[in-house]
Amino acid sequence: MDLGLFDHIDRNRRRSVILIALSVLFLVALGAVLARASGVTPWGGMAAAVVIGIILSLVAWFEGSSIVLATAGAREVSREEDRELVNVVEEMAIASGLPKPRVYLIETDAMNAFAAGIRPEESVVAVTRGLRQKLTREELQGVVAHEMAHIGNYDTRVMILMAVMVGSVAILADWYLRSMRFRRFGGGRRGGGKGEGVIVLIAVLCAVLAPLFATMIQFAVSRQREYLADATGAAMTRNPGALADALEKLGGSGIRLDTANRGTQHLYIVNPFRLHQDLNSPFASHPPIEERIRRLRALAGGKTARPA
Amino acid sequence: MTLLAFPAGWIALIAVVLVAFWFVGLYNGLVRLKNIAKEAWAQIDVQLKRRHDLIPNLVETAKGYMKHERETLERVIQARNAAVAVTADPAKGPAAVGAAENMLTGALRQFFALSEAYPDLKANQNMLKLQEELTSTENRIAFSRQHYNDSVRRYNTKLEQVPTNMVKNFGDFPPMEFFELENPAEREAPKVSF
Repeated sequence: MDLGLFDHIDRNRRRSVILIALSVLFLVALGAVLARASGVTPWGGMAAAVVIGIILSLVAWFEGSSIVLATAGAREVSREEDRELVNVVEEMAIASGLPKPRVYLIETDAMNAFAAGIRPEESVVAVTRGLRQKLTREELQGVVAHEMAHIGNYDTRVMILMAVMVGSVAILADWYLRSMRFRRFGGGRRGGGKGEGVIVLIAVLCAVLAPLFATMIQFAVSRQREYLADATGAAMTRNPGALADALEKLGGSGIRLDTANRGTQHLYIVNPFRLHQDLNSPFASHPPIEERIRRLRALAGGKTARPA
Repeated sequence: MTLLAFPAGWIALIAVVLVAFWFVGLYNGLVRLKNIAKEAWAQIDVQLKRRHDLIPNLVETAKGYMKHERETLERVIQARNAAVAVTADPAKGPAAVGAAENMLTGALRQFFALSEAYPDLKANQNMLKLQEELTSTENRIAFSRQHYNDSVRRYNTKLEQVPTNMVKNFGDFPPMEFFELENPAEREAPKVSF
């Protein structure tokens, strides 16, 4: 097993930069096309796209974790309230060499967990009451290690940036589609020639397809990060079997997490809506849970993780 | 000045600057890995101290219930005090610390085995709290040792790899030692206590 725990940090930081660059290009191009089709100068659309992107990025950068926690209905847990949970998180912080994240609990019978935070120094880990009650100490350790792996690999940052991109694209597209309806009822300002018609058609296609496309990219990145976090977490606890057992319980629970939504589902350890994703669909936020368990079991049964 | 008038001169200058930056980056990378490993070593001591601090509380709580086990309780305290003394003594190496900690582990194991016979003690809220804290502390010690070894492995690997193996001669970068779990003193310690 790869024992350099966070060898993917550099790659993920590079990925963040590339992701931001591509998102800006994508957003600006979308803004230009939509503005052109609305009869406004493309520069105006590009400026609007940039402004939306910057505002959302600032909000995400400074308030991202609080928003995610508030949406999920999570509250902070003290050592006095749940000694074992806080201890397990601190143990995993020691194993990973990361600062200790704040610990949150979501009051629901559903079994799930997530991590959030732009920087490891101010990260959070949240677990649901259902998960807390039904997992053994070792299984809880496996789940928390998976979340610490997301933090250490800077996945939490990549995921928040992905959410900003998807959100900005959705706002732009929505804006255009609404304004178009308004224009149609208000009567066209300019006599649209044949060329105008083609441009409007392209713009409508862009406005409809761009959010889908953005979500597909987001979920593709998310699926890949889950496998990596499983492996990194297993290296942290040297106990891949415990995480596999935990995933089996999570997959078998069948209780949906109502406080999750389309915007936050990719943050969770398992898909909060559909626990069993049989196929690697481009619109799946997580890899199939059975495949993750299979890979972890292979780690546990194969060569021992602990060096002699 | 005349040198810089030619493009070749500029190219050479830029190349030198780039190589300097590259060198600084490699050097700082080694410093970072060395410091991570050092911090990891310090973390082991922090966790051992945490364990030492918990034990007086544990014995104090158990005293009221385990009246007939004075000897066992005393042995735990003695092993704890011996471990504190060894940790505080800079002349003692990791092997001595490991041996002392193992004596303590053995004494604690015996204590917990005997405590099974006292249901009142096991139901005591304070005792439950201390038991969880001790379980966690044992894990913390194991994980901090594991993290130290992981950090040393990363650092030592970098020392041998090209190109950092050329940079190491420009600073104080000795290879670091692993924490050995399999030393003979540690293997024998649990048997002594029974």
